Amino acid sequence: MTETSQTNSLFKISDKTKNRNAAERRFRIYGILAISIGLLMLLVLASTIILRGTSAFQQTFITLEVDLLESKLDKKGNRNIDDIKKVSTFGYSPILVNALKKVLEKHEISTSLKKKALGGIISKSAPSQIRDFVLEDVNRIGQTVEFKFLVNGWIDGYIKGRYSRESVANSKFASAEQFDLIDQLLEVGVVEKKFNFDFIFGADASDQRPEAAGIGVAMVGSFYLMLVVLVLSLPLGVAASIYLEEFAKQNAFTDIIEVTISNLAAVPSIVFGILGLAVFINYMHLPQSTPIVGGLVLTLMTLPTIIISTRASLKSVPPSIRDAALGLGASKMQTVFHHVLPLAAPGILTGTIIGMAQALGESAPLLLIGMIGYVATNMPTTISEGLLSPNSAMPAQIYEWAKRADPAFIERAWGGIIILLIFLLTMNTMAVILRRRFERRW
Amino acid sequence: MKDQTYLDRESNLTPGISKISAKNVNVYYDDVQALKDVSVEIEKNAVTSFIGPSGCGKSTFLRCLNRMNDTIDICKVTGQILLEGEDIYHPKIDPVQLRAKVGMVFQKPNPFPKSVYDNIAYGPKIHGLANTKSDLDEIVEKSLRRAAIWDEVKDRLSSPATGLSGGQQQRICIARAIATSPDILLMDEPCSALDPIATAQVEELIDELRENFCVVIVTHSMQQAARVSQKTAFFHLGSLVEFGDTEKIFTNPNDPRTESYITGRIG
Repeated sequence: MTETSQTNSLFKISDKTKNRNAAERRFRIYGILAISIGLLMLLVLASTIILRGTSAFQQTFITLEVDLLESKLDKKGNRNIDDIKKVSTFGYSPILVNALKKVLEKHEISTSLKKKALGGIISKSAPSQIRDFVLEDVNRIGQTVEFKFLVNGWIDGYIKGRYSRESVANSKFASAEQFDLIDQLLEVGVVEKKFNFDFIFGADASDQRPEAAGIGVAMVGSFYLMLVVLVLSLPLGVAASIYLEEFAKQNAFTDIIEVTISNLAAVPSIVFGILGLAVFINYMHLPQSTPIVGGLVLTLMTLPTIIISTRASLKSVPPSIRDAALGLGASKMQTVFHHVLPLAAPGILTGTIIGMAQALGESAPLLLIGMIGYVATNMPTTISEGLLSPNSAMPAQIYEWAKRADPAFIERAWGGIIILLIFLLTMNTMAVILRRRFERRW
Repeated sequence: MKDQTYLDRESNLTPGISKISAKNVNVYYDDVQALKDVSVEIEKNAVTSFIGPSGCGKSTFLRCLNRMNDTIDICKVTGQILLEGEDIYHPKIDPVQLRAKVGMVFQKPNPFPKSVYDNIAYGPKIHGLANTKSDLDEIVEKSLRRAAIWDEVKDRLSSPATGLSGGQQQRICIARAIATSPDILLMDEPCSALDPIATAQVEELIDELRENFCVVIVTHSMQQAARVSQKTAFFHLGSLVEFGDTEKIFTNPNDPRTESYITGRIG
């Protein structure tokens, strides 16, 4: 009975300790709760994006054998390219409908659909697809060629389960008869759902044909934006940080600069956008909607981030390394470039990548310099064209799609978000790997 | 002669053999005076140790000798320090050139996070002491031998110096400092981060270095000062209290403050 007889036994837990332990337990529960809520939200976010976005990567295609009839495409019969060019995409529609009818006959499918509604199951991009093929080589006229066409967005939406026969009852864009027909075509394998590379590598398309829209050109636009940001902000940011951190004397002036940089990092990005509009476009007359202007604006936005992270990583290099080099008779610059900078490099790179990832996902400043709303349909072929011709960027393209009326574009907006997130995740993972890999311990 | 001061003692030294002579050196950090009127003559081919309690200015004075204090913005040095008769604080003197001549070893071993070889070769490279790779190899080997660490690292010259033990690292730092063939070697508490065995190795090394270099060492350990140095300077509260032969300082100091310090009553 020694335990109970002792008045201050360690086995007897005092009230104060009890309260303290309870408080600790409570705090732990709060923490776990907070993390669980965070994880839950992340899960909801990720699953929503994946559920809604993955369908954008698949598209319905129809395979047709098209007779490139001379009577329709080259009435004079002399294969003169200028004459053939006069036939607009409208003139190609009949041969498309003919090809469709041929397939129906072959598989003994009957339909009550009229010509127009029949042609309506194929994307409006199909006639121009044939026209481009013909104009490439006029001698193809007269041949029978197999084509793979996109199916109209509404029909595609039916196959993906977005529309039903009831929901299109009063629609002028699609009808239950078209859906009946497509079901039959699907059965015989003329129509199939396939992975759509054009969504990733293609260009945006007009309101009329959401099924043809892709994010590829915007991706290239983003690439050029990032190129400008990297080329400008990394050397500028690193040079500024080295000067401030290693060379500048600590005085009121450098204090002001330091405060200003920290403040700039917190300035809303739209402010940089309006600054870019005023300075780069209105004053310097750089071409509107181009990656060079977008890159300049995003550079302004990224610079403070890069400077702050670079200074932090320069600061984390122990002063003993500087002493060692200086003590050996290295000059200030030799000390910085031979010893301090290599040690700070992983941190600088990490900061740069994170700053670039921020810039990649930025859409507000692009709004003001006109990179949103411009429908880029051509891939730039040279670097100067890439920098100086109007383009869009991934987040801008996503915004553009999200505000269009057709639900097929909303699906593409979700798909675009998946691609953007893949880029951001890759960049951030790279930053983490770099930091882990080259982190030094002293 | 109980009140004999360091100024009187100064005249006892033979003037010809002094390497560094400091006259009325004052150092200020902003408004705080860290050193007050320090005058001292440091001899060639001898080990001079600076002792004194923490914050007495001994490290500050050591850093004045190769102008390492220049790196501190708020530090201001007045007075005169002559290295072989040349004023090292003269505006025309380039501190970079001075530091090649006055090497320094720091309190904490601070090898560059590079290979052993690169650590030693860095100084000769930036000062253009070696024209060919074989010259450089020779300098590296010679420096490592002089720093008594060649045998331990000869097989791992390309492995990182930061992976060595503390004592080895400190000797690498000493080798690195002597690779630029300086005249003077300043050591700022070189053994404070080392265990007794490594300390003994470094102390032995210091004794050998005396033949070729003028060594100035700051130390917290009075035993160390007694073991390795021929001359000792005792600093207290920013002033040089007493300077003289080590034996004399430790056995029969002139100043009561010196006596109190070495017997452990202050500091």
